[in-house]
Parts: sequence; structure tokens; C-alpha cells
Amino acid sequence: MNKNNTNEWLFTISSKRKLIDFNFKEVWRYRDLLLLFVKRDIVTIYKQTVLGPLWYLIEPLFTSLIFTLIFNNVANISTGAVPPFLFNLAGITIWNYFKVCFMSTSNTFSANAGIFGKVYFPRIIVPLSVVISNLLRFAIQLLVFTCFFVYYYNQGYQISLNNHTFLFPLIIIVMGMLGLGLGMIISSLITKYRDLKILIGFGLQLLMYLSAVMYPVSYFKEKLPDYAWIIEYNPLTFVIESVRYMLLNTGSFNINMFIYTVVVTLGIFFMGIIMFNKTEKNFIDTV
Amino acid sequence: MDDVILKIENLSKQYRLGLVGANTIKDDLKRWWYGIRGKEDPFLKIAEENNRKEKGGSNYVWALQDINFEVKQGEVLGIIGKNGAGKSTLLKILSKITSPTTGSVKSKGTVASLLEVGTGFHSELTGRENIYLNGAILGMTKKEIASKIDEIIEFSGCQRYIDTPVKRYSSGMTVRLAFAVAAFLEPDILIIDEVLTVGDAEFQKKAIGKMQDISKGEGRTVLFVSHNMAAVESLCTRVLLLRNGKIFSEGTPTEAINTYLSSYSFSKRIQDFEAENNIPTQNGISLYYAAVENASASKKTEIIDITSDIDICFRIKNDTKESTLSVGYDLKNTRDQVIFGSGSKFECPVNKVSEVSCRIPAQFLNDDVYQIHLYVHSASMITLFSDTEILSFEVKDVKRESGYLGKINGLIRPNFDWSLKTY
Repeated sequence: MNKNNTNEWLFTISSKRKLIDFNFKEVWRYRDLLLLFVKRDIVTIYKQTVLGPLWYLIEPLFTSLIFTLIFNNVANISTGAVPPFLFNLAGITIWNYFKVCFMSTSNTFSANAGIFGKVYFPRIIVPLSVVISNLLRFAIQLLVFTCFFVYYYNQGYQISLNNHTFLFPLIIIVMGMLGLGLGMIISSLITKYRDLKILIGFGLQLLMYLSAVMYPVSYFKEKLPDYAWIIEYNPLTFVIESVRYMLLNTGSFNINMFIYTVVVTLGIFFMGIIMFNKTEKNFIDTV
Repeated sequence: MDDVILKIENLSKQYRLGLVGANTIKDDLKRWWYGIRGKEDPFLKIAEENNRKEKGGSNYVWALQDINFEVKQGEVLGIIGKNGAGKSTLLKILSKITSPTTGSVKSKGTVASLLEVGTGFHSELTGRENIYLNGAILGMTKKEIASKIDEIIEFSGCQRYIDTPVKRYSSGMTVRLAFAVAAFLEPDILIIDEVLTVGDAEFQKKAIGKMQDISKGEGRTVLFVSHNMAAVESLCTRVLLLRNGKIFSEGTPTEAINTYLSSYSFSKRIQDFEAENNIPTQNGISLYYAAVENASASKKTEIIDITSDIDICFRIKNDTKESTLSVGYDLKNTRDQVIFGSGSKFECPVNKVSEVSCRIPAQFLNDDVYQIHLYVHSASMITLFSDTEILSFEVKDVKRESGYLGKINGLIRPNFDWSLKTY
């Protein structure tokens, strides 16, 4: 037992930290916890509600309905050959996935201060579990979308999938990473500066308007060509446009913009991980 | 089994006091500016020793400063100290909840910490689901939990409720279930913070028994923080005493506990007003000296435990016209309940100093902090002198013969005769 035993430390805790200190092995060891968190989130969210998981459906349906009334019937935004309701439903379904991922991960530290203050596990498990459990919610909403898609298709509308639809899962991963990355960045800053909590409340509202959720990008370009670049360089816009392109065959898909979006997403994601890792070590002192 | 399993070197932790506001940004920017030029953090120099009572000049304090110690395989190390001595901060660093400002911790084994029981319990989930969730939070895999689940449920004694949501549980049952999960953890090093003070007497006994099995039977290394001296004394093999963020002393449980208790300043055991030149006088009665003495120990100032006889002494100068005085006191606890009152009549010669004293027998007062309310009456029962908080002292409970280590109920704890007849 005596050989080398002064050097064989299993782990060291010290004040010095590497820039990227992401221990994948450790996260893997806690995979059961990840699954249990996902299960907990899914099982408990609608406990003691009458409608239960039906809320997953009611929310996007009503929002789409209102959007259709306001933006398409009152404000007369044209959605081309696609029925406006379906157009809005597609946008809202994907936007909601981003919104929920972003909102839930951005208050990771403050919402879990109780657990984080008492026990150690890789903190990233919590935001990861949020992104995964919301994937289920997204899948259910997508199912509803499919029902309406079939309905409108049978009504004779010109909607169809196309040869880019196979990229759909990839686009969803991009959206999840964007929500996770941005959420982690905000969550790291929010532990010290609570101002951000107020900011993201209305910031998200504004972001939705800038992300082409309820209008086609081409429509915006036509009306406000000088400001179109704000919309175009927003990676969320690209994701939402692509989803509509892949599912409804409307709008466009530009491979350069796709690469641009993936690069920006990866950048945000890694920045999120770096900041999150830096914060998780000491946040309990400031939260 | 002489291997060092945990090594703590020059560990320090700095905290910023005060509010988070515009100054925080200023300090953060300054720290960052020093950082990118490769200089040392400027705020490390201005921090002060952590003494909660004194108002310091700096906004930064050391919650821990230069902590060095080693823990050997199989040792049960107790960590004691007053509130704010840095115990919890130390445990938080060891369990990776927060990182140290300087220094390092090196470990050769896996660490699981139990700073609270039932972390992450979700009230909507059933007992069984919570066992899995809590176990996973504490670092067990699903497979490990599944192999132990029957034992866990049995140990908790909640078989009947195991498939009921935890929100329907009584608080005692929740604690039992939570402790049961923790008891079946199998890390190399277990860190425990004051979790034994929960639950009823039966469960405490079970919990302490399990703790003893873990530390003695299974040879696991345990770090144990507690204010329960009876538990520390019986479970630990070595004790570390922290004071103001530094290691004050280190030694066998008995030594360290004695050092700790005698440095404890709840008590105002001796009031030598004469020496301090600050003699209180009311209506011709002057109090020269008042003290609570340990009559069983060779040194009167020794700490008082359950087994000590206690003498309460007063030195009084009588400058009134009558020599008959009635001297007495009420003994109160910190919740201001009077435990008892006692007094007697004395002939105290006029213009002379007399000493009166009263003995409270051992095995009478419970483990608590007590205050003395002194009063002096004339023969016709007119109050001449009264002071509600003249003395205070603490009775400690250190050694226990029975296995139960929790506090025994009651304002007093008399040792009555029991007898047994067998038919």
C-alpha cells in the first residue's frame, strides 16, 4: 500500500482553475441523475392540475389563434400559400422550445441554490435536464402541429415537406444549444446582478419580434429593407425560418446562413459552458 | 491503515461583506484588471480575521485562514467551534460546494457529503421515487440504489407509506426516509454536518448506531461537525477546534471539548466588582462579589457539567440599619422561565462584608444556560437589592452512559432512585 501513495490523489480542489474545465467523465457518471431530473420535471410539472399535460397543447394553440387574428386578419401580414394559423403554429412551437430552455436555464443557480448549497454534483446536469425534458414537451406540440398539417393538407393547401426536412433534428439541436448556451451565460451573470432577471422578462418579448416568429423574413425585407440585417443576423430567425421551410416548404434555406448559425451557436454554447463553470465554483457565496 | 486519505494545505476562504451593488462591479473590474496583468488579487491583502463581534475596517474577511490538516484512512474526525468559526465553510469547501480562495484539498477517495438530510426531495414524488432521486443527487447510480432499496425502506421504517407522495408524510417520516438513503451511501470519505439532531429519540438512537457502524465497523473515514458534545465525544477519534477561521487546537475528543467549553463565553461566572472598582449599591446594600463555582472540581472555575455540584456565592456589605437580611435568587433559563427560587435569612452585621453561599447538588440541572436573579430583602420583606442578570452559567452534558445522545427533556434533570423487583 505504500508505493507512491503521496502522489496518487484522486482529485484536488484548489483555487486555481482552468478556462475550460469540463469534466465529461463526471457528467457521464451522473447520467442517472440527469434521467431522474428529467423524469421529475415531466412527472411533477402538471401535478394537481385538472387538465394536466393538455396544457402543453392549449398554450401554443391559443397563442397561434391570437397571432392569426391580430397579425394576419387585422394587420394583414401575408403568409403566402400557407394557412396563417399553421404558419404561426410552426413558429410558436419552435420559439417556445427556445423560450422555455432559455428561461429555465437562466435561473438555474437561483432556483437551485437550496440543493447546490448542500450537495455537489456537476451543476450542468440541471440545465441539461431542462433542455431534455422540454424536448418531450416540444415533441407533443409537434404532434399537434402534425395533426393540423394533415388537416390542412387534406383541405388542399399547398404545403409539403421537402428535401431539407432530414435536417430538422439538427435544427432542433441547434435551437436547444442556443437556449442552453444563452441561458447559461445569463445564469452566470444573474447570480451577482439581479438586474438581468428584469431585463430578460421583457427582453424575450422583444427578441420574439426580432426573430420572425409571426411574419416571414421576406415580408420584413419588403417593408423595412434598411433594418432587415438585424433580423437576418439573428441566429434564431434562421432556425425559425428553416423550420418553416422544412415543414411547410415556405421561405428559404441558405447554406451559408446555416453555417453562420451553427458557428454562432457553438460560440455561444462554449462561452456558456466557460462562464457556467466559472460561476458554479463560487456562486453560493454571492447568490 | 496509516494512509493519509485527505490532505488540506494552506486553505483559506475570503468573503465579501455588505451588499452587492455598484461597488461590487468596481471591485470586480479592479480584480480583473490585476488578473490580466498577472498580479495578485488586491483584495487578498486587506481582508481581516473573522470576528463577528468587532466591526472591522475592511469589507473583506477571512472565513478560513491557513487551515492545514490531514485525515487518515478510517479516522472519525470531529470539527467543533462556535457559530461562525468556519466549520460550515470548511465542509462546503471539502464537499466542492464552493471553492477556496487559496490553498488546496487533496483527496484519495470519493467524498459524499451530508450537510442536510433530504436534499432535493420533491414533495409530489412518492417515497420510493424520492429515494432514487436523493440517492442520485448524493452520487449513487440507479443500479446501486436498486440493489439497496429494500434495506433503505426497512431502515426508514416507512414501508407503509413508500408509494405515497412525500407531501403526505409527517416531518419526522421525511427525515427518517432521508437519513435512510444517506446511511446507505458508500463513499470513501463521508462528511456529516449536524444531521443527528433531527428525529425522535428512537430514530436518533438508530441513526447514531448506524454512524458507529459506518465509522467503526466498516472502517470508513468520517468528518463530523456538531454542537452535540455528547455525540462528538462518543463517535470521534480526533477533534479539531476552530476559532475565528483558524485551527485553535487539535487533539483527543476529551481535550478538545474541554478547551472548547472553557473558551465558551455564554457564561458570566465570576463578577468581582470590588477588584473592578465598580461596586453596585442599592438602598445600603453593596455587592462586592458574586460567583458560580464548580464545587466538585479542584479548580472552582472549571466548566460545570451535569455531574458537578454548584456553589453560588455572594459577598455583600450591609450598610443598612438592621442586621437581618433575606438573601435569595431565582434561577431562570434563557427563555426567562423560573426553574426555582431559593432564599434564606441571615444575620449580617451592619457595616461589615458577609459571604453567603448556596449549593445546587449535582445531577439536578439539565444541559442548558441559566441566569441568576439576585435579590436582598429586609426582615419586613422590602426589596433592598435586585439584579436580574447578575450571573449566568452553562451546564454541559459531556459523558453519557446510555446510548442516547440527544438532549433529555425537562427543565431540570434530577437523578431519582429507581428500583427493580422481579416476580
